[in-house]
Amino acid sequence: MSTTTPRRRRNREPGYWIPSALQTAVLWGMALLFIVPLAWFFLSSFKPAGELFRYPLTMFPENWSVAGYETAWSRYDFALYFRNTAVVAIVTTVLTVIVSAMTGFAFAKYKNRWLKVFFICILATTMLPTEVIMPSTFIVIRDLGLYNQLAGVIVPSIITATGIFMFRQYYRSVPDELLEAARIDGASEMRIFWSMMLPLAKPIAFTLAIFSFHWRWNDFIWPLLVLNNPNLYTLQVALRSIVGAENIDWSVLLSASVISIIPMGFVFILFQKYILNADLNSGLKG
Amino acid sequence: MSTHVEGRKRRGNRIPQLAPLSFTVITMVLFVLFFVMPGGLGIYYAFTDYRGVGDADWIGLENFVELFQDKDFYSALIRTLTYTVIVVPLGYAVSLLSAWLLTSPRTKGAGAARVIFFLPWLVSPIVAGVIWRWLFGESFGLVNYLLSLIGVAPVSWQSDANLSLSVVVVAGIWGGMAFSMLLFSAALKNIPQSYYEAASIDGASTAQQFWKITLPLLRPTSFMVILLSTIGAMKEFALIQALNGGGPGTQNYLMVQYIYSTGFERAQIGYASAASVILMLLLLVIAGIQMRFDKGAEYE
Repeated sequence: MSTTTPRRRRNREPGYWIPSALQTAVLWGMALLFIVPLAWFFLSSFKPAGELFRYPLTMFPENWSVAGYETAWSRYDFALYFRNTAVVAIVTTVLTVIVSAMTGFAFAKYKNRWLKVFFICILATTMLPTEVIMPSTFIVIRDLGLYNQLAGVIVPSIITATGIFMFRQYYRSVPDELLEAARIDGASEMRIFWSMMLPLAKPIAFTLAIFSFHWRWNDFIWPLLVLNNPNLYTLQVALRSIVGAENIDWSVLLSASVISIIPMGFVFILFQKYILNADLNSGLKG
Repeated sequence: MSTHVEGRKRRGNRIPQLAPLSFTVITMVLFVLFFVMPGGLGIYYAFTDYRGVGDADWIGLENFVELFQDKDFYSALIRTLTYTVIVVPLGYAVSLLSAWLLTSPRTKGAGAARVIFFLPWLVSPIVAGVIWRWLFGESFGLVNYLLSLIGVAPVSWQSDANLSLSVVVVAGIWGGMAFSMLLFSAALKNIPQSYYEAASIDGASTAQQFWKITLPLLRPTSFMVILLSTIGAMKEFALIQALNGGGPGTQNYLMVQYIYSTGFERAQIGYASAASVILMLLLLVIAGIQMRFDKGAEYE
């Protein structure tokens, strides 16, 4: 061994350091391309309106200013949009987690012909996003009396194939004996689920909750179609109305956009480990 | 259920019938309400002149005949396919490359880079559209400014349809990469290091190792990424809404925006449903083709 080690190190040098430097350079080149748009957008939001379009452009604001933020906050009712978005995102997320857990549990732990068929139906929904059939989905939502109500955005987005998969995969790894033991003790199926199976799947529930919150916070098309009353607008719809104007007020738009990202920023900082290490493969592959 | 103790047997037989139903009944109701009904209604409306109010009169294939003569429909369809064909392979390559670099032990500073690559995930499609619109503004954007520094005349990123679409492609890759990258990173970490060690002892180069070991083992993940990003590209809407509104004019309307504008701005639910049915069929065909490819992989 002692004779081979130096040889291997010598061999490794030209073959190791060059690709290593190259790889690091490529990686950081890409990272730079990824962060520049975000940085430019973020820094621009702190420029006073007069500086936004003044040549030569500078990366950093000459005079830092929060005027754009003040105008955005006072001209639009952001507190309201935040509240609407938060209600939609939080309520939907709670319902999504519970419903996905129950359904995933049923798919994993009961054997039935109709369950198998239904499972395939749920799988198929990934292939057929509702945006594709939005005219008729809209009619259904309207005829259920959910038009112009936050519930009209919440109820249709509760079931997600991804969430159901994640729980199904997880519960398949839970031994049947655990279930049998609880049954012998006389616990009802519902009780077994609520007091044993749901707490057991906490990590999955957590991961799905983060993802669901993210999907719903950033949702655009359904709030756009269902919420016609400006008092019910979510952040994304409100932003769209600013960017869709004839003359875009960039100072306000940039600040408003930054404001809308803040909650997701907190979620990321708090749950970074969960998000970046989520093993999505097991959840998504079914 | 065969392991049940005798005293519980009757109950044990009954429970598995009712319990799964009680666990899935909510999902079933929602599935019927928001997938089966819209799907069925959509197909029905496609053969009617329904306008959202009043009666839906059966008009047979009229909508489809009209659709196939509609220049705007063809334009939206071709634009959507063009966008998908460009953005899916590019997005695949970029996310695989970044995941590979991030998981390679030879790369330095991977931890920080991973966070940077992930940041666009936080940004909604609407805000992503705002960010790229700001960057590619014709008279005020950073890109044209930087080009002017090296003597290039302002590029018409907004008023030229193809350039405008290419900005959408870049923004789409930027915004959609994080998720695919996560999928690839997780899969790459699951490949045993011993495979690579064995290959280097046999003298395989890094490139050979990538093509012969990494890529084949990533096949299931690749399938997932391509399928999800294809569906995502085919229904792209919010990003374009904020980036250029489908402009210049209506030249960059993709299918979902076409359906939105005919169905909601012009209230032609029947006609828009016909376009929906076409898009639905298209997605089914694409999913079918990809499933076939994946089947081949499974039995290898």
